[in-house]
Amino acid sequence: MNYMPSGTEFPSGKEFVVEDPKAQTFFVNREVFVSEDVFEREKRAIFDRSWIYVGHASELKSPGDFKTRPVAGRPIIFCRDREGTVRALINSCRHRGALVCREREGNARQFYCMYHGWTYHPDGRLKSVPGDDAYGGSFKKDEMGLVPVPRLEQYRDFFFANFDRDAIDLAAYLGNAKDYIDLVIDQSPSGKMQIISGTQEYDIRANWKLLVENSVDDYHLISTHSTWLNYMRNSGVNITPPKGELLPTRGFGRDLGNGHLTTDNPNYRGRPVARWISVYGEDAKADIDALRNELVQRLGSARAARVADTNRNLAIFPNLVINDGSSVTVRHFYPVAPDRMHVTAWALGPVEETEAQRARRLHAFLTFYGPGGFATPDDVAALEAAQLGFAAWREVPWSDLSRGMGNAADEQLATDEGHLRVFWRKWRELMEART
Amino acid sequence: MNEILASTVSRAEVEDLFYHEADLLDSWKLDEWLKLLTDDATYYVPPNDKPDADARYTLFTIADDIVRLRERVIRLKDPNCHAEFPLSRTRRVIGNVRITGVDGEIISVAANFIIHRYRYNDLLRVFVGHYRYKLKRQGGRLKIAERRAILDAEELGLLGSVSFIL
Repeated sequence: MNYMPSGTEFPSGKEFVVEDPKAQTFFVNREVFVSEDVFEREKRAIFDRSWIYVGHASELKSPGDFKTRPVAGRPIIFCRDREGTVRALINSCRHRGALVCREREGNARQFYCMYHGWTYHPDGRLKSVPGDDAYGGSFKKDEMGLVPVPRLEQYRDFFFANFDRDAIDLAAYLGNAKDYIDLVIDQSPSGKMQIISGTQEYDIRANWKLLVENSVDDYHLISTHSTWLNYMRNSGVNITPPKGELLPTRGFGRDLGNGHLTTDNPNYRGRPVARWISVYGEDAKADIDALRNELVQRLGSARAARVADTNRNLAIFPNLVINDGSSVTVRHFYPVAPDRMHVTAWALGPVEETEAQRARRLHAFLTFYGPGGFATPDDVAALEAAQLGFAAWREVPWSDLSRGMGNAADEQLATDEGHLRVFWRKWRELMEART
Repeated sequence: MNEILASTVSRAEVEDLFYHEADLLDSWKLDEWLKLLTDDATYYVPPNDKPDADARYTLFTIADDIVRLRERVIRLKDPNCHAEFPLSRTRRVIGNVRITGVDGEIISVAANFIIHRYRYNDLLRVFVGHYRYKLKRQGGRLKIAERRAILDAEELGLLGSVSFIL
């Protein structure tokens, strides 16, 4: 028997994800990256049924604050109403459909539809309709408010929407991923993190699922990011992998259930909280020591070490990634076409950071992450190169995600593909479950 | 004000600097380009949604001190800088050059730019915006102490990465 299925023949019916534990192989058919049909089915089977990240409570500081953004393909107003409740309202006038808010962000006393002048309160209730005497007796203003997303729930200030009314609760959905979110939030003495001003929004001309893989795939570090590693080395950071390892440290890939996954790596590249490296400069040493002491006092030395001395790239199914490494980035992405995704990324930091600590965090962020960083542009190049290669999906139909298939579940290295397979199994489950 | 400005620097001199810099960047002569900068120069690309922000409090697209800027040049010259291998072909047109102020030894200038960027296997990507520079005279020559490239696009979107020097 050949290692890979040949041609476009599927080993058992038309399964896009083909797994053979005995042969220790795991293949994904590349049609899933190019097909319009798969893209349309994903919208219904995955994005309309999973908890999709909307935003963070810290983005809405005062009553009336709003941000507009697409969520699962819908135009959404993420806002805080006059009573302080966070809402996610569908940004479409009940009358004839126009957006009722056309600004990126701001503070609103009301949302005003410029087409015919209908106005809505920040909690969504319909406020006024010009010439409402023209409607018949069945017209009910109190039924004609902006439509909220069917479900909106939050975990520790991260708000998610679900377009499936019958979905399980967010807390149950996140499952073990909550522990890793907690680890990120433990950086803050008050347990409060905030989205820092400034948004990185860019498109990648590649299928969205490639960024899930890329965000947690440590196998690509040496080949894709050697220029970043050189920068670290030039700055005096030890980046030499121990014998037999592909990373400077031995890290793991973890299955968190429900399609969520994470890397879990000992840190070598520094963390603003609270692990000094030479890049930060001698001046920062005492300050980082103080941050470290606070962690130890508050959390005990074991938990403090977990927070400060380990990194994680956490992928919340299907399209949210929290990278807690040389800084913290919250990044989500949605498909606009089979071969194109839109990425939005923010920096996250403890609310009580001093000016110097915040500046250090942002500086560290930009060294690796983002469209002007020393690493992300090369990830984008890699994903776009893969997408170009997929043009030959009929002739070269299978991608190989078999690394580490022989290792036990708790021995999956971050340079293996066991955690990537977690995503693909969930993807397959939802695509097959669709009725 | 005009008289003071005129005695310090002329627009023609600033234009010469901009055009020379544009030529060096478009022809990827990055080591020569670094020589146009002061030893403490900074390079900023603010985020598209906060074009007037301060990099100490706001997540930028690029906020390089001179150390990272020199490292950026090392990276760009490396064939393992995949986002710029093969190198982009860029062509920048700079106009509307203005001297906007003189404060001590700092000369503030502004200009508009249009940069067309072509890559093998890629779309044409057009970067439109304006520069805000702080210049200093050192050894008789104008040097760049701070360069800020502010993009007009509402978001990077299809501009993708800012992997070359704007």
